[in-house]
Amino acid sequence: MSVKELHKATESQEYFVNMGPQHPSTHGVLRLLLTLDGETVTKVEPHLGYIHRSIEKMCEKDSYQQIVHLTDRMDYLSCHMNNEAVCLAVERGLEIEVSDRVKVIRTIMSELTRLSSHQLWWGVMGMDLGAITSFLYGFRDREMITDIFEETCGARLTMNYNIPGGVMFDIPANFQTKVKEFITHFRQKLPEYDQLMTNNIIFRNRTEGIGVLTKEDAISYGVTGPSGRASGWSNDIRKSHPYSAYDRVDFKEIVYTEGDSFARYKARIQEMWESMNIIEQLIDNIPEGNYQEKTRAVIKLPKMEIYQSVETARGELGVYINSDGKKNPYRVKFRSPGFSNLNALNTMAKGGKIADLVTIMSTIDLVIPDIDR
Amino acid sequence: MERVELQNKINSFGVEVTFAESEVPTQFLTAEVSSENAHALISELKNNSDSSFDYMFCQTGIDFPEHIEVLYHLRNTQNNSEIVIKARIEDRENPAIDSVFDLYKTADFHEREIFDLFGVKFNNHPDLRRILLDDDWEGYPLRKDYVDEVNIVEL
Repeated sequence: MSVKELHKATESQEYFVNMGPQHPSTHGVLRLLLTLDGETVTKVEPHLGYIHRSIEKMCEKDSYQQIVHLTDRMDYLSCHMNNEAVCLAVERGLEIEVSDRVKVIRTIMSELTRLSSHQLWWGVMGMDLGAITSFLYGFRDREMITDIFEETCGARLTMNYNIPGGVMFDIPANFQTKVKEFITHFRQKLPEYDQLMTNNIIFRNRTEGIGVLTKEDAISYGVTGPSGRASGWSNDIRKSHPYSAYDRVDFKEIVYTEGDSFARYKARIQEMWESMNIIEQLIDNIPEGNYQEKTRAVIKLPKMEIYQSVETARGELGVYINSDGKKNPYRVKFRSPGFSNLNALNTMAKGGKIADLVTIMSTIDLVIPDIDR
Repeated sequence: MERVELQNKINSFGVEVTFAESEVPTQFLTAEVSSENAHALISELKNNSDSSFDYMFCQTGIDFPEHIEVLYHLRNTQNNSEIVIKARIEDRENPAIDSVFDLYKTADFHEREIFDLFGVKFNNHPDLRRILLDDDWEGYPLRKDYVDEVNIVEL
């Protein structure tokens, strides 16, 4: 074989690999079409829609009370915030002012949901990188929160606790004790997370400087939540457009400037501390009042447009309702955080290795039903 | 920026715009434009240093009996001022509008979704394909006249 022929035979060639739709690190049914040059990723093309349930079309036939129950099937790890977004929008349309008690309960439950979502993310991220222990740690602590949810509203995952005008039931008698017990427990356990993962040299090598997203790209792609804040863009809806009781609590907005996988990781860990701060400020003085305002059995919004955004565990969830005065909306749009965050995956993963793609996907914390709706 | 101030600013851009007026004050300042002028207006809003709406937080479509609307929700990340642009597409048979992908990269997925569910064609979009539904799906489900005897159960 001549040198020329040898060169031709070993010449590198672009090729395609399907990642998913059934792949453990996609956390659901997401298919990525990878263009590879050796082990280097040159392009990532997400193919979505495997669990598209046309929630927006279903909403056009449903009453406003029914819509609430569809929303926790989108981002099931932020179910409480999703419900809250729709309820706040409907309350804005009806001009209902919920009691302080409801506002505080909603805020506490939102932060508990955020904590449980981040705990699951942390456990699963460790497992994506090959550390089984973290998965068990994360689920051990998450169990306490799901127990609180179960006692409060009967469900552990899709809670349906919010309704337009308040919450479905009052909090149980031992709610405050249980939550305080959890906070005491988790304040001791969260440093363990750092010991196990954050300061691990293998973990650091696999995340630092990997999958960098610049601030300009984060804004342009609309990458919100901890992923966007890790790129130096302060986009916390709880700060910029406070809702429920967020205007009366004191908390820091976690912003990092590096924009790499490790910054996204740190942002979520720090958010857990902040969530605990918020809960501690509220849990001892839940005001007295109604846990529900009376609403009509058939809710009709006036002819209007409403946009309500909330900060879920993944970023900015927006609910756009266009009402024409009937008992069901004319058009509902959910601006889901995962949909926009996934859009930036190609920018983050391009030029890296396949193994890094798994890290990046973990750190943008995808929930597929949230993307597909 | 105050609404009136922003309104005057937009009028000075030289793009034909009408501002929605209603008895109840709307949540956002709403500017209505024709589909031909939408890109020019949004481009001005983004690049003009006085407005600089650098973040498009929502883009969606609505189907009306006579026309289709594409909505752009824009926010300025510095001072959190917000505006809604409604682009009116008269032609419901072959709706088309210029893509804003060159201004906001998030338009990539959002416009593909609107194309998928409303059938609006975005000119100059780099990769306009269906995103949620199958490539061989017939019709545009979020249109009001969409008929699907199998999957939609009338109650």
